[in-house]
Parts: sequence; structure tokens; C-alpha cells
Amino acid sequence: MPMDEAAALHREPTVAAAIPTIMADGKRPLLPLEVRGLVYRAGLRNLIDELDLTLHAGPLSVIMGPNGAGKSLLLRLLHGLLTPSCGEIRWHDAAGQGEDVRRRQALVFQRPVLLRRSVRANLDFALHVSGRRSAARRDELLRHVGLSERARQPARLLSGGEQQRLALARALATEPEVLFLDEPTASLDPSATAAIEGLVRQAHAAGTKIVFVTHDLGQARRLAGEVVFLHHGRVAEQTDAMRFFDQPESQAAADYLSGRLVF
Amino acid sequence: MQNFGEAFVLAFGLVLQADPDLIEIVLLSLRVSLAAVVLSCAIGLPLGALLATTRFAGRGASIVALNALMGLPPVVVGLLVYLMLSNAGPLGWLQLLYTPTAMIIAQTLLITPIVAALTREVVEQLQHEYDEQFRSLCVPPGVAVRALLWDSRYALLTVALAGFGRAIAEVGAVIIVGGNIDHLTRVMTTAIALETSKGNLALALALGIVLLSLALIVNALVMSLKTGANHAHG
Repeated sequence: MPMDEAAALHREPTVAAAIPTIMADGKRPLLPLEVRGLVYRAGLRNLIDELDLTLHAGPLSVIMGPNGAGKSLLLRLLHGLLTPSCGEIRWHDAAGQGEDVRRRQALVFQRPVLLRRSVRANLDFALHVSGRRSAARRDELLRHVGLSERARQPARLLSGGEQQRLALARALATEPEVLFLDEPTASLDPSATAAIEGLVRQAHAAGTKIVFVTHDLGQARRLAGEVVFLHHGRVAEQTDAMRFFDQPESQAAADYLSGRLVF
Repeated sequence: MQNFGEAFVLAFGLVLQADPDLIEIVLLSLRVSLAAVVLSCAIGLPLGALLATTRFAGRGASIVALNALMGLPPVVVGLLVYLMLSNAGPLGWLQLLYTPTAMIIAQTLLITPIVAALTREVVEQLQHEYDEQFRSLCVPPGVAVRALLWDSRYALLTVALAGFGRAIAEVGAVIIVGGNIDHLTRVMTTAIALETSKGNLALALALGIVLLSLALIVNALVMSLKTGANHAHG
């Protein structure tokens, strides 16, 4: 997929390091995101514990951490699928709340939930609920993710990699400013993983802020512009990707990178 | 056992001869029960889907009540409809008592709770699966309900089938509000009840065999439709 075609799928043509004060549609941009003192409690345990985080437009952010660190939970909290026990999640455009903010984001789950319909009907549904229904746009998205040939097939009969590409196309159909991905390649083979990574890079290049959760160190090295390392429900480290892999600041990250299990 | 053999011979004879009385009874049975299924689906499908997808005070009690109504005694429903439609009743002016319409109303009341309760079960399961994705996409409630009903359509065929099974086999309500009038409101079950009371056990059994065969044919049709759809849609 040529880059210019990928760029045409998105509103913003380039990666924006500087924050525009106003967007083409008159809205303020969602980013930066400020998270302060975020707590998510389950029973007596804080699964997310006084977490502070700032995400800027620009770098492709990869969230890493051992099992149980709270990566998927954090994504769901940021996307508004879960309500924090306390703390603050403040998007730059604070005028919109709840669904208004969520409509400007999308989340791709580890296991894609596809409607019991054809491939193209899945995309039509996402385009319809986001108020962008158009057969041309749907076909464009199918071409973009390489599923044009399978447009009329039942979505649930696709392979794992194809299902995840469809889920990604559905997410892109809503033209999100921020795209969260929760271990989207966890159960995929290397070629399917490479296809997803390629699409994610294109979306990032087209101006979508990517927040990508992964366990895979190789994938993180390939994709990350910055790494947010979580440990015990807190941000142990947030730094430039090259620096993180060469000289991690926190002991937890160093242990994780060296393969020693971090609890 | 002699009755069984005789009944099978009689049943085949009736079918092969295309007995006009039998055909009239079969067609009326199908007309009444299918109309009741269509009406109860029109009410029960959205009702069940709403119960599955909305949260409100008293929802739990509503579900318990709906589940309990699945066991409504047909004679009680028949009696209630009779009281409503009789000349002294509030709907007596409609003059519907002892008509197929009255039978359709009674069967609709009887099977709507079944359709609604089973729909809630089916849709709630799918809703658990779709919930996060729908919230992520900010799907409006009305669109979500329609999508859930559409995506569970093949499972809901079985729900409609359960309603049809209950309706076609029901006798208590239709005999009270229909009166089992020959050439007007006589259906398979009331005919079987009548022949049994007259001592024509072989004929009653033969009608029972025809009724069972009807139910079998409808079930087979729906199952083949579902199997074909499963192959096509995964």
C-alpha cells in the first residue's frame, strides 16, 4: 500500500509533533492527554495505582510491562470503557466528555469482536454508526487492508490475521484521532503480524496517534517511538524508545528487558 | 396396540385421499398458529431484546415474571380472553368470540412470553460478546438492539419454532375461545379432543399423527434453513 493512499484515509496528512490549536473541523485536538493520580480498584486491590502519564501527539507510544501490570486496563480506562475509581483523565479538548471523546478514538481488541455478517457489512456498520456511511469509503478501506477479495465472505470465517485486519479497518473507518491497540498481534503468525504492523505504521504516518500495547520486545523495537513501561499499575518509565532499550532508567524495566520475571 | 396400527392406516388414508375436512382443519390450524407466531414475534422479539440490553429498576423482577409466564396454563389464558371478548366483556363489541381471530389472540398471549423470554436469553449472550465493541463505537441503543436481533436471527428462528410448537399443540385456550365449531374454528387439537370424547380413538390418533407430522415438517424446514445459513455465514 503506497503511503499517499494510506494518507488519504485520514484527516491529518503528517505526524504532528506540534499541537495545532484548532482542527479543520473546528474542534480542538484531543492531545495531549494528561492522566493524574489514576486509580482503578477491584475489591481491595488497586490494579491501577496512582498512575500519572502524559501522551503527546507525535511519537508512536508503545505500552509495555509484565503480565498484570495493568496495560489492557489502562487502555480501557483511557478509552472510557471503564470508569476510574479516582484520579483524572484530561484530554486537551476538555469540552467533549464521555462518548464525545470516545467517538474521536478507536480501540482494537486482542481478540477482534466481529459482527455475524459479511466482511463489508462489518465495515458498513462502523461507517453507519460513525455517520460516514459510503460504499466508496468502505471499498477504499477494504483495499487498504487487503480484504477486497473477501468482501462478501462471512467475517467469522476469515483467518485470525484477516480478522484482525478487518478490526483495524473498522477502527480506521471512524477516522480516529487516537487509535488504541491492545496486543492486536498476540495470536498471529509472523506474516500476519507484519501486515498489522505495516497498517499501524501507515496510520501513524497519516497523523493518527497510536497507543499500542505489546509483550513482544521485537515488535516494540520495530514500532515504538516512545515506550511507557508499566509495573504494578504505575508508570515505571516513559522514555524515548531507543533510550529505553539501550539504557532503561528503572530497575523493573531493566529486569524485564533482560528476561528476568518482574512481578 | 390395535388402535395404533389402525390409526397409522387411517392417518395415511386421510392424507392420501386429501380428505377435504382434514385439509380444512390443517389449514386453519396452520393459519391460526402461524399468525400467532408472527404477532408474538412482533411483540416478543423487541421486548426480549430491550430486556436484554437495558438496565432499570425492577429488571430482575421483570425477567422472573416473564420466565414464569412461559408456563401460563392455556385454559387460564382461554378464560381471560373469553371474559374479555364475551358480550359482557370490555371487548365484547368486537364480536370476536368463537372466531379464528379470538383463537389467534389467545395463542398470541400464550406464546409471547415464551418468545420474549427466550429472545432475552439469546440476545443477552450476544450482547455480552458485543458490549465492549459497541461501547467503543458508541453505538446508539436503538441501533444496538436492531443489530443484536439481526445477528441472532438464526438462533431466534429456534425461538419462533418453540412458540410455534406451543401454539400448534395447544388445545385449552382455543377450545374455550373458538368453541370447536365445525368448518369455522375446528383445528387439529380440538378435533382430536372431540374424536377422543366420541370414542373414535383411531381417528383421534390418526389426527395426532398428522399433527406430529406437520410439526416435524415445519421443524425440518427451519433446521435446513439454519444449517444452510450456518454454512453461508459462519
